[in-house]
Parts: sequence; structure tokens; C-alpha cells
Amino acid sequence: MDSRTRRVARRSIFWALLTGMATFCLLPFLWQLLTSLKPTSEISTLPPLLPTRPVFDHYLAVFQDRPFGRFILNSVIVASLTTVSCLSIGSLAAFAIAKLQFRGRNLLLFLALSISMFPPIAAVSPLYLIIRILGWRDTYAGLVVPYTTFALPLAIWILWSVFREIPDELYLAALVDGCTPFQVFVRIFLPLAAPGIGAAAILVFIFAWNEFLYALTFTSSEAMRTIPVAIALFPGLHEVPWGEMAAATIVVTTPLVLLVLFFQRRIVSGLTAGSVKG
Amino acid sequence: MRKDEIRPALLMILPACLFIGALAIFPILHAFRISLDRRMPVFGISYFVGLDNYRFLLQDPRFWQSFLNTAYFSLLSVSLELALGLLLAILLHGSFRGRGLFRAVVLIPWAIPTVVSARMWEWILNPDFGLLNYLLQQIGLLSSPLNWLGDRVLAMHALILADVWKTSPFVALILLTGLQMIPEELYEAARVDGAGRWQIFRRITFPLLLPFILIALLFRTLDAFRIFDLVYVLTGGGPANTTETLSLYAYKLLFQTLQFGYGSAVAVATFLTVLLISAAYISLLRRQHHG
Repeated sequence: MDSRTRRVARRSIFWALLTGMATFCLLPFLWQLLTSLKPTSEISTLPPLLPTRPVFDHYLAVFQDRPFGRFILNSVIVASLTTVSCLSIGSLAAFAIAKLQFRGRNLLLFLALSISMFPPIAAVSPLYLIIRILGWRDTYAGLVVPYTTFALPLAIWILWSVFREIPDELYLAALVDGCTPFQVFVRIFLPLAAPGIGAAAILVFIFAWNEFLYALTFTSSEAMRTIPVAIALFPGLHEVPWGEMAAATIVVTTPLVLLVLFFQRRIVSGLTAGSVKG
Repeated sequence: MRKDEIRPALLMILPACLFIGALAIFPILHAFRISLDRRMPVFGISYFVGLDNYRFLLQDPRFWQSFLNTAYFSLLSVSLELALGLLLAILLHGSFRGRGLFRAVVLIPWAIPTVVSARMWEWILNPDFGLLNYLLQQIGLLSSPLNWLGDRVLAMHALILADVWKTSPFVALILLTGLQMIPEELYEAARVDGAGRWQIFRRITFPLLLPFILIALLFRTLDAFRIFDLVYVLTGGGPANTTETLSLYAYKLLFQTLQFGYGSAVAVATFLTVLLISAAYISLLRRQHHG
């Protein structure tokens, strides 16, 4: 009896804490959602907490009065190109480090790790000069190429830990059968590593989607803005149109929220492989 | 044996090395070089001054304030994130219905772009119609609304709150992996020996989790020390520079007042600080590993 009450009490505390935490994590997002559905007159008063009559005016305004469709397209293009280039370059390097015999493999891993540690601000002004010289300001290349560089360490670490798990015997047997190392990589290791590559892809994509400092510095025309820059430069000089701002943030976070809900497992495995192993 | 692998290996790592060399290592060396110049291109000023920028930096009160702001922000936010992350990890570790959904929900703040989360918090912290003031007044903790982002003391803590919200999930994930790597037999053996919950945590969970705690701390401290986007959007460094961080100060020098030389010196100083922090953590991790 006594132990049963204790167990019930423990379970209630557990669920109370868990619900509290989940609410804390979701609340800003939900509050933004509610705000985005309120007519402008209800936004500047509290209560009511809930919109008395949901409206979609702010969403229309975001797409009609502001080029948010364009910003989203820019972000999709930049993040997708970054993911593709980063994974092709990174998986090659990760495979070589994990499976081929050569000196300095640990040095390369260490180098990748130290790159992931340095502050973006330290490289921003020389990068800006390089990008100006190459004529890449306000181009996709001006973002994709630096993003690829700075997402490479993450990709290399995750993929290295994935390739390392695949037995050496597979590699050696394929060599004996007359494959070149590159063929082994493409035909055997890439398919086997597909889940790990998926995890790395999601993480690189989110990194590129969220990056702000370089996007702010290397683009100047409105047509080239990515989502974080558009959100940061959203308000006018004197007042923030809160309803539109709320609608805009909901529009740009919904894909990420869905991504997380669908690929939770994969994201967890990728994040932890990249940060904990080694 | 297998000597012929050097050539394919070189070809495979070459693209990665090119990218990292040209766009990471070269820029950082170049930034260091520029930091030895007095350079303001708009006025056509550019000449070598050696370590003058660094000498100036040591006496620049704004640099030291941004340094202390950054350190305070990092210390407080990382400690809170560790506490909250540990609690979250322990909650999410057990098996219960809907665990996958809860894990996904907890991940949402981490996936949302920092700039967007800054906007969400700006709205919640709004002095006139923000949710936080409203809730605090409803439960009777506040009698009149507070101006969270306009107050010299509150603004820094508002930043910390937003950062803790955004990144505790990341800490929780790393610690969750650690928890899952502790073999169940250890717990069973301890229970058979009659150990209490607290004893089990202190003697088994904590020591085995320690490497993961250190790694989470390393990543979070580095991220906190280079914080830029959250501050840029939420406070812009204000009020009266009380929330200006090192990265934000360097950014303003570089791109607002166009002092490329001195701005680079501040950026390099930020880099060196981050380097020192990671060296300290890594030596701690090493000692943990061997001892």
C-alpha cells in the first residue's frame, strides 16, 4: 500500500515535470501561432489570450506585400546546394580517413574539429574580401561555398563514425575482387552508410537554413535575402508589425518543426554520433 | 602493406582540404595579418602598425565590457542549460508512452533558427503586450509590467532565458546518449546491494556520464562565447552596451564603423579566447579519459 502510493506519486511528478518541460519548449512557438491568427486590433491587448475569430490576413500580407516566397526559395536553394556539395566532399574525405591507410589521418580529424570551434566572426572580414574579389556578393555561390566549408567538419565527423562501423573485411574483399578504393566507396560503402548520410544531410541542411552572420554580410539586395536575414531585417524603423512578424516566423519554422517531428530518430543519432564519438 | 592507398586517399581528401584551407585557414591567418594594420578603407587609411591595435584593445573599456558580458552570458546560460538538459535527459530516458513524440517536441527549439527564436522571445518579452508580463501579473508575481529588453540588468537575463530555451535540448540529447550507454546490469547490481536512488546516481550515473557532460559543456561554452545572432536581433547590444558580446562588438567595428584593422584585432582576440577555452576543456577530457 505504502509503496503503491509512492509509485503513484512518483509517476505524477514525472508527468508533471515532463508536461512542464514540453510546454516550455512549445510555448513561444504556440504563442507566435496564436498571435499570427489574431486581427491587428486584438494583438495589442491582453486578454484575450486566444483569437476571438482567427484571421489569415497576416499570412496573406507576408506573401503579397513582402517577397517571403522569394526568401523561402533562396533558403531552400542555398540549404539544398550546401547539403549536396558538403556531403559529396565530406563523405569522400570521411571514407578516406576511416578506411584508407595513410599518415596524418588523425591530424585531419583534429583539423576538422578545430575548424568547427572557431568563431565565424574571426573569418568574416577576410571572407567578405574574397567573396567580393570573386564577384560572389549577392549570389548563391557566395553563401553555398562558405557554408560548405563550415559544415564540413560536422559532416566529416558523423560520416567518419558511420564508415568506421562498417567492417574492414568488406573493403578488403572488394579490393581483392579488383575494385579501386573509389569504386568500393561508391558501390559498397555509400549504400551501406545511407542512414548515416541521411542524418548528416538533415543536420547540414538545418545548419545552412539557420546561418545568419554570413548571410547578413555577403548579401545586400533584398532579392537575395535568406530567411534568417529577412526575419532580422523585418521591422520598419519605428514600429514592428507584430501580426505579420508572427505569421512570417510561423511560415518559416513550420517546415523545420515537421522535419524534426518526422526525422527525430535520425537527427538524434546524427547529432550524437557527430558530437560524442572519437 | 597497402602502400598504394596514399594516392587515392590524397585525391579523396583533396576537395575537403581545399575548401577548409582556402575558406577557413587562409581567412583566419589573413584576419590576423589585417589586425596588425591601421585600416579604414573608406578613408583610404591602411598602414602597418604592428601590435598597436592589441595595445589599444587592452585599454579599451568597451572591449573589456563586451568580454565580461560574454563571459557572464556564457557562464550563466551554460550552467542553466546543463541543469535543465540533465533533467530533460533523465525524464526522456525511461520508457513511457509517447516518448518519441516528447523527444521530437523537445527538439523543436533547437531546430528553429536563432534569429526566429529571438523574434519569438522579443514578442513574449514585449513590455506592453507581452505574454511574460501578463502571466507574471496574473499569478501575482508582478504588480506592474517590466521592460525586459530596455533594462540594464534585465536585458542580459532575457538573453540568457532565450538561449537556455533554444539550446537545453541539445545538451539533453548528448546526455541522453550517455545515459543509454550505461549498462542496465550496473544498476541491477547496485539495487541488489541495497543502494538508494541518490547513491546510484552519485556512484554510477554521474561518473559514467561525466565525459558526456564535459563534451556538452565544451560545445555549449564555445557556442555561447561566439554568440552573435541572438544578441543582434534581441537587444542589438543595448541598453547602453550592457548586452554587447565580443562577436557583436567585432561586427560593429568591422561593418558599421569600418575599422577593419581594429575590428580584426577584436575578432582575433575572440578566436584566441575560444581557443584557450577549448584547450582547457580538451585537457580536462584527456585527464578524464586516462584517469
